[in-house]
Amino acid sequence: MSRANYRNGMPGDTTATPIRTTVTLSAPNRGRTRPEPERPAIESGDARRRLRAAEMALLDEHRLLTGEELAGLAELPDQWVTSLAALAHQVRLDWCGPEVEVEGILSAKTGGCPEDCHFCSQSSRFDTPVKATPFLDADEVLQAAEETRAAGASEFCIVLAVRGPDERTMQRILELVPMVQEKTGLNVAVSAGLLTDDQARRFAAGGVHRYNHNLETSRSFFPNVVTTHTWEERQDTCRLVRDHGMELCCGALIGMGESDEQRIELLVQLQELDPTEVPLNFLNPRPGTPLGDGQPVAAWEAIRWIALFRLGLPGVILRYAGGREVTLRELQSMGMTSGINALIVGNYLTTLGRSADEDLQMLSDLRMPVGAITGVL
Amino acid sequence: MTGESTAKVAFCTGCGSMSASCPGCGRTLDPPRFCPTCGRRLTVAVTPGGYRARCREHGDLALD
Repeated sequence: MSRANYRNGMPGDTTATPIRTTVTLSAPNRGRTRPEPERPAIESGDARRRLRAAEMALLDEHRLLTGEELAGLAELPDQWVTSLAALAHQVRLDWCGPEVEVEGILSAKTGGCPEDCHFCSQSSRFDTPVKATPFLDADEVLQAAEETRAAGASEFCIVLAVRGPDERTMQRILELVPMVQEKTGLNVAVSAGLLTDDQARRFAAGGVHRYNHNLETSRSFFPNVVTTHTWEERQDTCRLVRDHGMELCCGALIGMGESDEQRIELLVQLQELDPTEVPLNFLNPRPGTPLGDGQPVAAWEAIRWIALFRLGLPGVILRYAGGREVTLRELQSMGMTSGINALIVGNYLTTLGRSADEDLQMLSDLRMPVGAITGVL
Repeated sequence: MTGESTAKVAFCTGCGSMSASCPGCGRTLDPPRFCPTCGRRLTVAVTPGGYRARCREHGDLALD
């Protein structure tokens, strides 16, 4: 602990500024990744036919792939992953254009959540290192939004670890959203759990342009990882978001033990919800949670599923979200040419990411323009 | 502030155990979660550009 020291030593001092940190990445998971399913042997002619059919559907006919077509692509052996990725990149350019949307996120209320999502370190039901903390004050939220803007982002998402917002939380959020918009010019998104019809209406009227509520996984696998609410309750909230005119951000978490078939099931369920954005998370096993002893998805497998998500959801904003540093390591830039067209910059809710400068350099090296609020930087 | 005897003990900032080099807690993408001096859970606020970790006994913790 020789490198640790205290500053602003007075307990309760609220003037301290957040401490910037440089993260040194190592390879903590080398040789220790989640086992992959055995896939059938497929002749190269058959593989090429499946890829050509997908290309024709997505680029010529401009239609969505069916679950059956997606399952056929998911079966392709590892040596075809680069072909899947190349097609996914072309599909992304054709359906979405070249811009990359950059977003910063903030956990404005951390820990103490009554739900039991087995992957989450913020559940009060598990003994994790994350200490519950109350709602940050407005100055702290504004400062985080300024950090987000300084990183070149156009989006800022205020996230709360709650089942759903109570009235006090609703009012705090509805105060913060216009404040952040006016001070920073950023588009403001919110993630505050399950909503009632009236809450969705009030958020939409209050300037929340996008609301995040993840399905996380397929309907058939969901009861394995969450027991305190149902997949259908999540689906209902997603529908309310759209019904009230907000953009729907509805993400997935890959690597909790679901099968290939269940990932395809989720893709079809997401097609039905038709979200604007899909944040793609990879499990980063959190100490103390039921999935804490799990293993990350292998990098090459993650590239396969990034490509499949793009091929299944050709028009969405497909965002790199939690777990990408741990899962993809040196392949993060390859994900950008496998269907990703958005990323969370900087840190996550309770864990750290690599620096914004590294991501912006990566985008520059890839000649990918960063989407701005009104145009392209 | 705690006494000198406590201040000399190093606790793992990842799991709070009485060891400065706890095996398995070398996660480079986690902020500190426990005070290295007293082992208490820290109040941690992670923001897009950094984090703040505060012990109720020892104030803000900086890693450089």
